[in-house]
Amino acid sequence: MTEYSLPLPVLEGHSADFYGFCKEGELRFQRCDGCGAWRHVPRELCAECGSWEWTWTLSSGKGEVFTYTVVGRALHPAFDDSVPYAVSVVEMEEGVRVLSRVADVEPGELEIGMPVQVDFEAVTDEISLPIFRRVTG
Amino acid sequence: MKEACIVGIGQTDYCRKPGSGMSQLALQLQAASRAIGEAGLKPGEIDGIMPFPNLGRAEEFAANLGCENLRYAATIHMGGAAPVASLQAAAAAVNSGMANYVLLPAGWNGYSGARVRQTVSQDVSSIPGGEIARDYYLPFGFTAPPQWYSVLARRHMHEFGTRSEQLGAIALAMRKHAQLNSNAVMHGKPMTMDGYLASPMLADPYRFFDCCLETDGGAAVVVTSAERARDLETRPVRILAAASGQPYPADEITNRRDIFRTGLTIAAPEAFGKAGLKPSDVDFAMIYDCFTFEVLQQLEEVGFCERGEGGSFVEGGRIELGGELPVNTHGGLLSEAHVLGMSHIVEAVRQLRGELGERQVKDAELGVVTGWGDFGDGSIALLAR
Repeated sequence: MTEYSLPLPVLEGHSADFYGFCKEGELRFQRCDGCGAWRHVPRELCAECGSWEWTWTLSSGKGEVFTYTVVGRALHPAFDDSVPYAVSVVEMEEGVRVLSRVADVEPGELEIGMPVQVDFEAVTDEISLPIFRRVTG
Repeated sequence: MKEACIVGIGQTDYCRKPGSGMSQLALQLQAASRAIGEAGLKPGEIDGIMPFPNLGRAEEFAANLGCENLRYAATIHMGGAAPVASLQAAAAAVNSGMANYVLLPAGWNGYSGARVRQTVSQDVSSIPGGEIARDYYLPFGFTAPPQWYSVLARRHMHEFGTRSEQLGAIALAMRKHAQLNSNAVMHGKPMTMDGYLASPMLADPYRFFDCCLETDGGAAVVVTSAERARDLETRPVRILAAASGQPYPADEITNRRDIFRTGLTIAAPEAFGKAGLKPSDVDFAMIYDCFTFEVLQQLEEVGFCERGEGGSFVEGGRIELGGELPVNTHGGLLSEAHVLGMSHIVEAVRQLRGELGERQVKDAELGVVTGWGDFGDGSIALLAR
C-alpha cells in the first residue's frame, strides 16, 4: 500500500468503535436501548430520552444523497491533488446522515435523491473509510 | 433613553497586498484606541473587554492600552457571531453594573498572516466540532467554511429552486456598495453578473465571488449605559435588543432535522419581541456575509421574507442602496474586508449617526446587525439612533 497522505480519523473513544466496525465491513450506528433512536455521530447518551445505554446496531447500508458539494479548490493542503472532488451527505434508511463520498459517480453526475449503498475503502492497514456506491436498476 | 449604547467606533485601514505591516494585536489596539478616543474616554475608564475568540486576550489589550481598572473580561465562543453576541453581553454588563465601559475589539491579518487554507491543517481544534470534524469530516475533505455551508446552499436550491444568479445578485450588491467606500478592498473594482458567473467554482454552488475576502484589518466599538452615554460627545446609538442562538446540534452540521434552522432562527424572534418591533420596521440590515447564501438564509430566518423566498427577495435591487432593504452598505465581508463582523456593527452605527454621505440610507432610524459563526451560530442586534 502506498503512503496515504489524507487526514485520518483518530481511533479513540467512540470513533475507535465506529471505525473498528468499518474495518470489519460493517456500518454500525449507536441505537438507544431506551427509545430505539438511531444516532450519528456517536454521543455519550441519548438526547431523545436520556438513556445512557446503547447498542452498536448494523445499518442496512442503504441511503440516498441528501446534499453534496463539489470542491474545485482545496482548502486543506492534503487535498491539493484531489480536486475536483465531491463530498456528499447521505441520509440512511435509519434516518441518520453520514458525511462521505459517492465513489463511483463523477462529481458532475451527482444528484440529490440518488440511491446509494455503503462500501468500505481500506486506506491504511488500520483504517477503512465508509464510502458509498450508486445503486442502479 | 434606557438602553445600553454604542458610543465609540474605530477602524484601521483595510488591505490585502502588501499586508498591514502590523501584528494582529497592534491592528486591534489601533482600532480600539480610536474607538476609545472617539468616545472621549481615557483607557483607564475602560473596565470591560470582550475579545474575539482566539484572536487575543483581555489581559494583553488592557496592559497595552492602559486599562488599569479592568473588572469584566469575557469572550463569546461563537465564531463570526461573536461580535454581535458580545454586544448583547456588553449591554447586560453595563446595565447590571458589572462594568461601565466595555470595549469590543476584533481584527486579524487574514491576508498576510495565516490563511484559511493553512489553519485547519495546522490545528484541528480551531474549527467547530473539533474531534467530530477530525474523525468524520476531514477524512473526506470537508475541511473549511465554504464547503460546510455549500451543502446547505445546494439543499436550498433543491428544495426551493434558488438559482446561482440569485446568489450573484448578493455578490453584486455588496460589490456595488463597496464602490462608495474608499476603505473597501474592492473599491474601484466593480463586478458584473457575467464576471460573477465566470468565476471558478470553489465549493459548488459557491464560486470564488460567493466567498468573503481574506484581508488585514481591525475594528472596535465601545458600549456603555444610557446614563453614561449622555455625558459623552458622540451621538449614542441605542441597542434596543440583542439575542443569540445556536443550531441543534451545534457541533455537527449534517444531522439536523431541519437543516435550515440555525441560531438566528431562535435569536431573531427573541430580539424583535423584546423590542416590540417587526422586520418591516427596519431601514437597513448589516448581514454577516461570509458567503452569499448565508446572506439569503439569514434574511429568511430574520423574517424579512418567508423561508424559500430569499432568492427572489434579493433580486431586482431590493437589497441595494435605494432599495427596500439596503444590506451591507459598506460592502461587507464580500467586498469591503473581512473584519469578523465588527465592521458590520461599525457601519450600522455610522448609518444611524447619518455620517455616510453618498452611501447614507436616507432617514435611517432602525437597523439590524447579524452575526453568523461556526456551524450556524447566530446573533442579532436591533440598533436605533
